[in-house]
Amino acid sequence: MYTEKVLDHFNNPRNVGEIENPSGVGTVGNATCGDIMRIYLDIDENGIIRDVKFKTFGCGAAVATSSMATELVKGKTVQEALEVTNVAVMEALDGLPAVKVHCSLLAEEAIHAALWDYAEKAGIVIEGLEKPKGDIHEGETECESE
Amino acid sequence: MIYLDNAATTKVSPEVLDAMIPFYTEDYGNASSIYSFAQKSALAISNARKQIANVIGADENEIYFTGSGTESDNWALKSAVEVYKGTGAHIITSAIEHHAILHTAEWLGKNGCDITIIGVDKDGVVDLAELENAIRKETVLISIMFANNEIGTIQPIKEIGEIAKKHGVLFHTDAVQAFGQVPIDVNELQIDLLSASAHKLHGPKGVGMLYARKGTKIASFIHGGGQERKKRSGTENVAGIAGFGKAAEIAVATMQQRSEREIQLRDYLMGEIERIIPYCRLNGHRVQRLPNNANYSFEFIEGESMLLMLDVEGICASSGSACTSGSLDPSHVLLAIGLKHETAHGSLRLTLNHETTTEELDYVVANLEKIIQKLRSMSPLYEDFNNKQIQS
Repeated sequence: MYTEKVLDHFNNPRNVGEIENPSGVGTVGNATCGDIMRIYLDIDENGIIRDVKFKTFGCGAAVATSSMATELVKGKTVQEALEVTNVAVMEALDGLPAVKVHCSLLAEEAIHAALWDYAEKAGIVIEGLEKPKGDIHEGETECESE
Repeated sequence: MIYLDNAATTKVSPEVLDAMIPFYTEDYGNASSIYSFAQKSALAISNARKQIANVIGADENEIYFTGSGTESDNWALKSAVEVYKGTGAHIITSAIEHHAILHTAEWLGKNGCDITIIGVDKDGVVDLAELENAIRKETVLISIMFANNEIGTIQPIKEIGEIAKKHGVLFHTDAVQAFGQVPIDVNELQIDLLSASAHKLHGPKGVGMLYARKGTKIASFIHGGGQERKKRSGTENVAGIAGFGKAAEIAVATMQQRSEREIQLRDYLMGEIERIIPYCRLNGHRVQRLPNNANYSFEFIEGESMLLMLDVEGICASSGSACTSGSLDPSHVLLAIGLKHETAHGSLRLTLNHETTTEELDYVVANLEKIIQKLRSMSPLYEDFNNKQIQS
């Protein structure tokens, strides 16, 4: 059901872990629905993502999309990171089963949530970035699917 | 490969395959034909019927062959409604039934029937008082599974049979997991209808059966040439039926010894998991459970990830996680016993067979420990849990 790239990123996930004193951190998803992603960003003074780490509770696709999303934003500018969409993550993984498309959306949201946190902490406005739904892993029970 | 998913399906045993092959190669006659060559097929079906009836203390004339356990479940429910009441009938079943029952009940519900779904306790045992209270004059059938396919809990079938008898209601049990695994006597337990399937006991896929007590009216389910005493038409799957018969014969002959061995191994497995892996929870009744079933929830991790990593190590298992079901909700059984969603997502079912060894289980537990450590190390839930521990 999974492509070789998905399985590779699942079995050997890139950028797993935490960053101490991150420039921004975002957590999305909720435990009720079975996936939570947390992304840490370390962004330098020129607005370049110097390092990125993730932690994910979820299925194979959730782990693989987190891993791929971190790879796609690493070394990029904030503006470039904003352009990493769920479609870009899916394409980089050679596709996902239809029931797993929501995992790629979650990965995109996690990046956005971490960028929003960075912007708030830095007191800047990132053009085109909308306020994320927030850390919702408590209380929410509606599970969205594609 | 270490196969610990015997509740999903089993390997056809060599003796069973030997019993099946002649009906593909040489004795391929249609059991309905008149010539003596074809009578070999009819005889094979008759023998299998006896072998299967023997597992549950039934008469051979009370056994009807079907295409699957699911078909038998569909038949039992739809037939009870059709024969005994028509629309307006009331059926009682439980929250932890297989989808073959629950989705059939749901369909009947949309077609004019009234369905009551009773709850279970934290071990997955049905509430007998709730069951008895649910009975009313329109009730035509109680359908409660013998043993649960996910958590292995064995139901108080004798008590349910007594309640059904007392109120004059038919009692059906989905015994797909229990048939050939634990002793069943349909007379002692007052079971009127019972479903079973061959592929759960080292028989072939695509053959099931419905037991219907003599005197219990059942509707024709498949119309046609009149096979299975005009109740379930279609040329018999002779090889499959012969295989089912052989598998049933072996299951009865080996049951006691096999169960004792499986219980010993299963308890060893449970002991090792509980000794080695922190933050785990046994799902299902600790004692009243199928001999070969162990089911655990591991906190902070998700089941599909666990299965994929076990697969890399050559271990086949299953989970009640949403991601393995194609929906976003975890197993209805695990939710019915009161698990939180996130705990249900992290469940693992290991089901043994007669060939399972201690060495295999040691290998599984060692890998499970490693895998759970790895998944927890990348889990934000575990990170939050640890941070809370440090703070308090």
